[in-house]
Amino acid sequence: MNNQRRTVLKSGSGAALLGMLAAAGIITPGMALADWNKAAFDAKSMADTLKALGAGQPADSKDVQVTGPDIAENGAVVPVGVASTLPNVSMVAILIEKNPNALAASFVLPEGTEANVQTRVKMGQTSNVYALVKSDGKFFMATKEIKVTLGGCGG
Amino acid sequence: MGNPMKIRAASKDGVTEVKVLISHEMETGQRKDAAGAIVPAWFITELTAKHGDKVVLSSEFGSSVSKNPYLAFKFKGGAKGEKVIVSWKDNKGDTRTDEAAIG
Repeated sequence: MNNQRRTVLKSGSGAALLGMLAAAGIITPGMALADWNKAAFDAKSMADTLKALGAGQPADSKDVQVTGPDIAENGAVVPVGVASTLPNVSMVAILIEKNPNALAASFVLPEGTEANVQTRVKMGQTSNVYALVKSDGKFFMATKEIKVTLGGCGG
Repeated sequence: MGNPMKIRAASKDGVTEVKVLISHEMETGQRKDAAGAIVPAWFITELTAKHGDKVVLSSEFGSSVSKNPYLAFKFKGGAKGEKVIVSWKDNKGDTRTDEAAIG
């Protein structure tokens, strides 16, 4: 919880500042998300998302693992995990190539937190799932295809 | 304010594993209701986990994280009885904070 930000929001000057930002079209009312990387989450394609994250062209790495089912029966709840044995991992992100917005979630890992996170994501259709990892300032990536079966038709 | 989160934190061999289950709709803003109107997006955008005063994970979610999000991660340190505090914030500005003792 960013207490400082809450304080700013509560104070009058904070409200004025928000008004200014909203007027300038930088943020829309009701979506005053100071830290949230809107560009990255709004990006449609993999390339745009990577650009918005500042990742450029990540190298494929065997030291990054994407875990998940080979076939997901329910695209609404697909368990996905990212693990890496690379040193000094500071950021992990999960991207789903064929979703309307590729980026599902990003995690900033302070020192002492292991590069091993699991979550559940929604997938619109069968797609490659990418794990993006930042290690020692460089970006690495791994991928896994997860098939999504629709309406029990198999596939 | 949303319903309480379920947080489990277990310490083993100097590493604490934290599992969080959050109660949230996570509406993508792409679905339509029966009348054909788009259901507005409503999802968690930021989540922070702390061990005492130290941030151990800060994450940003997009709308493609599943309804009632689940999250698991591990950090070094943490002893039984110490607190893990998890906070989230959604795109409507709603927030919630829950805590659990490491078991």
